[in-house]
Amino acid sequence: MKFLKKETSSDGRSRYVKKSKLQEVWHQFKKNKGAVVGLIVLILIFVLAVAASFIYDFKTDICMLSRNGRLLTPCLEHPFGTDHMGRSVLARVLYGARYSLLIGFVVVGISTGVGTLLGALAGYYGGKVETIIMRTVEIFLMIPNTLLGIVFVAVFGISLTNLMLALGLSTVPHFARNARSSVMTVRGNEYVEAAKALGVSDFKIIMKHILPNALSPILVQATTRVASAIISAATFSFLGLGVPSPLPEWGAMLSDARPYMRDYPHLIVFPGLAIMITVLAINLVGDGLRDALDPKLKR
Amino acid sequence: MGEVLLEVKDLKKYFETPKGLLHAVDGVSFTIEKGKTLGIVGESGCGKSTTGRAILRLHEPTSGQVLFQGKDVTKFKGKELREMRKDMQIIFQDPYSSLDPRMTVNQLIREPIVTNKLLTDKNDIEKRVLELMETVGLAERLYNTYPHELDGGRRQRIGIARALAVNPKFIVCDEPVSALDVSIQAQVLNLLKELQQKLDLTYIFITHNLSVVYYFADDIAVMYLGELVEKAPAEELFAHPVHPYTQALLSAIPNPDLDVKKERILLKGEISSPINPPDRCRFAKRCNYACEDCMSKAPKLVEISPNHFVSCHHPLV
Amino acid sequence: MKHNEKIDNAEDIVLDIQDLAIRYVTDDATTYAVNHINLRLKRQGTLGLVGETGAGKTTTVLSILNLIPDPPGVIDSGKILVNGRDVHKLSPKELSEMRGKEVAMIFQDPMTSLNPVMTVGDQIAESIMLHEGLSKQDAYKKAKETLETVGISGERAGDYPHQFSGGMKQRVVIAIALACHPNILIADEPTTALDVTIQAQVLELMKKLKEDYKTSTIMITHDLGIVAEICDEVAVMYAGQIVEQGTLREVFKNTKHPYTEGLFNSLPNMNDRNSKLTPIRGLTPDPTIIYPGCTFAERCPYATERCHTEKPQQKWINENHMVACGRYDEPDFHIERR
Repeated sequence: MKFLKKETSSDGRSRYVKKSKLQEVWHQFKKNKGAVVGLIVLILIFVLAVAASFIYDFKTDICMLSRNGRLLTPCLEHPFGTDHMGRSVLARVLYGARYSLLIGFVVVGISTGVGTLLGALAGYYGGKVETIIMRTVEIFLMIPNTLLGIVFVAVFGISLTNLMLALGLSTVPHFARNARSSVMTVRGNEYVEAAKALGVSDFKIIMKHILPNALSPILVQATTRVASAIISAATFSFLGLGVPSPLPEWGAMLSDARPYMRDYPHLIVFPGLAIMITVLAINLVGDGLRDALDPKLKR
Repeated sequence: MGEVLLEVKDLKKYFETPKGLLHAVDGVSFTIEKGKTLGIVGESGCGKSTTGRAILRLHEPTSGQVLFQGKDVTKFKGKELREMRKDMQIIFQDPYSSLDPRMTVNQLIREPIVTNKLLTDKNDIEKRVLELMETVGLAERLYNTYPHELDGGRRQRIGIARALAVNPKFIVCDEPVSALDVSIQAQVLNLLKELQQKLDLTYIFITHNLSVVYYFADDIAVMYLGELVEKAPAEELFAHPVHPYTQALLSAIPNPDLDVKKERILLKGEISSPINPPDRCRFAKRCNYACEDCMSKAPKLVEISPNHFVSCHHPLV
Repeated sequence: MKHNEKIDNAEDIVLDIQDLAIRYVTDDATTYAVNHINLRLKRQGTLGLVGETGAGKTTTVLSILNLIPDPPGVIDSGKILVNGRDVHKLSPKELSEMRGKEVAMIFQDPMTSLNPVMTVGDQIAESIMLHEGLSKQDAYKKAKETLETVGISGERAGDYPHQFSGGMKQRVVIAIALACHPNILIADEPTTALDVTIQAQVLELMKKLKEDYKTSTIMITHDLGIVAEICDEVAVMYAGQIVEQGTLREVFKNTKHPYTEGLFNSLPNMNDRNSKLTPIRGLTPDPTIIYPGCTFAERCPYATERCHTEKPQQKWINENHMVACGRYDEPDFHIERR
């Protein structure tokens, strides 16, 4: 009972207080050096994304034709060089972080939310409910994600919101499946039956006893999916189906740079690096989280 | 005879499986008097746990009646069912999986009180939790610990406190000490006995451990493949077992007393499948005394001496 | 340490564990699993290793096969002689020859100790092929014979584990262990996962095979009834130490250690239904702490001041009975068995 410290309650008697679950996870997480580095980098990216709006003006620095020289290679004044419209690549890369992060988290938010709900219902109730949900999910699993996304955007039009919806909904099936299997494992535990014997309602059992215990694998999956959502968004933007110009989403920047990339490689190197570093950091955090949350790896 | 608290009549629980109908509990009947303990013994798959759960409606019974204080529990719905959960409780076998690992001792014991709205005032609830912890012998300093930090015996005490929280009259103890070490097992058995006397509880004590049930129960029912094969007061059953299965079961207990040398009856083979069992004595295939009768028709439960019931064509009197 | 002359005859000792100490080191803590134990197994003898969860029984026997995972396991001291050879000095090749051929192990759970995608015949033959250099056909034929000896028809050699019931699976596990005629058999709670009537069958089988194969056996169990049934010597472990050791009759009828007494008193008395159980008070000690005195002192009804501060020495009361309890230095001290 190493994590115990003593607390004295109002009536003067002492009790042990346990570190919260969160503190314990943090304790485990800290042991993984890669994950800690990933987390620091991720926080840094967040800070830069926020800071960018104080340093640069959205209209003049990011979107409009600039009076700077066009297609300058990196120099002191423009560390990352400028693009074909004379805009600072550094400014756009920094500003672009907010789009990538926004897309990453909103997309995963949508797919985790919807997917977990569907999966939990299927896993807890079983029978007909499960058959209907899971068969539908499987039909969607047969269609490649990208194709599903393209169709969605093609039908509803190109915009940031539509891109996020398309990417989010197309990964719902994966989350539903994962959530269902972890809910089913938890449902088999006796404490679920114990709660039933004490008269706890189905809704409360799902919300209080099942979901919190099934959350670890879902959370881990969500983290790694943030990274793949960022990549997918970049892909869509590169294909011209994602974030419309002149918004400096990293994928869109790559797309804009296409005609010039042979002569001015810095146009693709920096946004490319930005994507790579962000994705790597998120994956490292995801790995660390998986290890920290897995009770079997705890020693 | 004392006041009958629980009467089970022809209780059946079948499960659908891909291979056919699994007869987990097949026509079990018995009564328990208030303040007494009925021990149900049998090997894995004999339906003893399912019987306990069907009585509490954790599994919906396929047919039959469960009369608790004269009212048929199997007909209860909604509010009545919730009320019944307060009178009839269960203690689980595995103190590792029957407690939500994310809840502290305090939260675990609080849950039944809050769920059933027994108390509403915060201070009253805390007082009640502490009182329950004291009743089952949990030190107050463990108030905020998580179950995974505690040993099996203490966890089982949490389970007992949770069951007691709703002031039940009747508790199904489903192998409450099987997962515990011998020395801890004795602590928990003593506690359960003390509580029975103090709170006038009635128990069904389900176990595969015959020496424990002999110590703990007033009456013992032996189950085999979903059926009750013999039932008698504990002393009578151990002194004069008449069903061949009971005899074999009793002779199989390893006895640490070196001076008692017992003749061991070895059974042939293993328990057969409970899926679509044929209509005959279910023990016949392993029985050393089986004859044609046993292979063709099922025996009925009869009272061969006062309070001693057996279901066998040729009881070994 | 003092031993009797019979034991001193090295010929008759197949397994000799001397001063073994093992701990597990993790980031959070060091667990002292086995604390300087001495254990000897006589040829064709059956030694019961008794103790509760966490007493160090399994760690002790795993070390015989040099199977302690490292990390986290650290062997601090000790020598393990199997048929006179030091296990820690064997090369990896010699070790793998020893495992299965000289020393075989039966695990507690037959459900997980068999490979679900191999037929039972192949699993038995695998060990025979490895150790006896027989061809596949010959090994398979021998596997069938071995199956017969554990009471399973040879025709079932082609079946997969899931086609067998629990008791049958444990018979298969025993067949695998015995296939190469090991002279030491280690059984780690072999019947705990089985029902009583099946347990009776398996124990009966083990007794018979012990005679036929002339194996020496270490039987780990927490059930004193099983010990009475099958063992001729007993070692009682508590918190990584052997607190009492001797012949079955000595330990069971002339119990000396308060912990052994506590174990007996915790059992329901089959002769008197109304006697109250006397549990051992308290809990097993924290294995991450080294106690200055006797590890059982906290829970011991006889403990004195000295027990908490001074380590008890192992004391041979007679040539067949050892007890590690400090109070036996007092000439008129004795415990009271119920």
